[in-house]
Amino acid sequence: MSRSGANVLFDAPGPRARLRNNIITGVSALLLLGVAWVVYDRLNDRGQWAGKLWDPFTEWQVWDNLILPGLKNTLAAAAVASVLALLFGVVFGLARLSDHWWIRLPAGAVVEFFRAIPLLILIFLAFFVPPAISPVIADGPLGNLQRTLVENVFFVFGVEINAGNVTVPAFAALVFGLVMYNGSVLAEVVRAGVLAVPRGQSEAAYAIGLRKNAVMRLVLLPQAITAMMPAVVSQMVVLLKDTALGFVIAYEDLLSSGFRIVPANYANLIPAAIVISIIYIGINMALSHLANRLERRSRRSRKTSARTLAADATTGGAVGLSTTDAATGAD
Amino acid sequence: MDQLLDFGPVFDNLDKILLGFWATIRIAAMTAVLSLFLGTVLAAFRVSPTPVLRATGSFVVNLLRNTPLTLVLAICILAINDNLKVTLSDSEGINRYWWGVLGLSVYTSAFVCEALRSGINTVPLGQAEAARSIGLTSTQSLRMIILPQAVRAVIAPLGSVMIAMIKNTTVVGAVAYGVEAAAVMKNLFYDFGASIPIFVGIAVGYMILTLPTGFLFGWLAKRMAVAR
Repeated sequence: MSRSGANVLFDAPGPRARLRNNIITGVSALLLLGVAWVVYDRLNDRGQWAGKLWDPFTEWQVWDNLILPGLKNTLAAAAVASVLALLFGVVFGLARLSDHWWIRLPAGAVVEFFRAIPLLILIFLAFFVPPAISPVIADGPLGNLQRTLVENVFFVFGVEINAGNVTVPAFAALVFGLVMYNGSVLAEVVRAGVLAVPRGQSEAAYAIGLRKNAVMRLVLLPQAITAMMPAVVSQMVVLLKDTALGFVIAYEDLLSSGFRIVPANYANLIPAAIVISIIYIGINMALSHLANRLERRSRRSRKTSARTLAADATTGGAVGLSTTDAATGAD
Repeated sequence: MDQLLDFGPVFDNLDKILLGFWATIRIAAMTAVLSLFLGTVLAAFRVSPTPVLRATGSFVVNLLRNTPLTLVLAICILAINDNLKVTLSDSEGINRYWWGVLGLSVYTSAFVCEALRSGINTVPLGQAEAARSIGLTSTQSLRMIILPQAVRAVIAPLGSVMIAMIKNTTVVGAVAYGVEAAAVMKNLFYDFGASIPIFVGIAVGYMILTLPTGFLFGWLAKRMAVAR
């Protein structure tokens, strides 16, 4: 990969090209300023720069009571979902590498299924389906299993069961969708990370008499983790962005507080939208920056012989994307 | 337990579901065209010799890439359309369709741009040097040497962007334009009670849209690959 696209596309400019570039620079700068002015002017016409619309953001109570709780909910959903998705990813990623077809095939089917369908309908599945089907299950042979599962496992996420009726809070539905979708993507990342370790490494490990388990644990995984870190962190950005889908099922996240609650109180939708956009962009850019730094470091690293999986620039987000090339690190 | 696996509601409402997927396809097709165009423009900005345009390009891409799609669409619909009363059509349905498509296109264009730019980066410097040494101007070398190789290198990543875009149409349905497949599923849930068969029906529909798209782009990528 060349240092920058400009190297392939342009020679060092001579005097005439420099003059032409300067003219283009001037004209485009004027055009862009013109566009910015038009946007500013339109908003000004509608009175969107009026001080009273922006004043709420200078008051601590607004942040303390409305925005920060939303941010906290967003980060909570992202944190819980990240941890569980990583767990899901490691389990299913390694299962797909299993030597036994009866482990490999079902794991592959699960991963491909959850990657192929939109995140939002997974969230709808978790939100709407359990309340509807749980009374039927409660009457059937699996009724006790359902009750035990909810009371001992899913209660941590706020899922409740009352006389056979299971109710799922928005938080649990959101986390379920995020874990299934991002976990499947991470499973591919894990698989690609292990496969990115050169064959000779495992051959050498088998040659000195290590078993399958030890080869994976002592030789392959430590190198794979370094190689896949950037891809994992950039998947976290996707996950964090996707928490905004909670808005659709009325989860009280940052988007909800910035788009429903603050404007409802102060009638300042546009300023509120601008403020929460800045918060989202700030957090995500910090994470992306971390992913890029990890990527550079891991490309230099001599602790791993695996090739680094890219912190995928093309990962398309909301309902995620990059299937094969996030995993194979096409760079 | 039988009623849990009753596919009756799916077949009874097949016409609604198919209409929903037709709306999904309409959104996806228009968004594909618009986002490929906008993404190419953005990529041209990002590799241009003019620093102002380069800075603008990377500013816009970083802005869009780090904003949740739900927020982009909420700004388009709730802020610009409902609050500022900027409309794209007199008919409310068509207006919402276009705002949804526009929001999704703008969001997707950032990823299209990044894919294209990484394609330009895969072209070895020697190719451009060779083009110059045989006397091609910079426009000629771009048109005949660099772009053909760059585009062929990014067919597979562009396919992933398009698959993600198809799945992202669900968000358009939820925030802006409630007639596509995911919205149909939600309505069926309200009308017939949520059930696994309805979910499976809709999920299979999305797989019918996304999996062939993936195979198509994978096949194209192999066919068009530049041997190096």
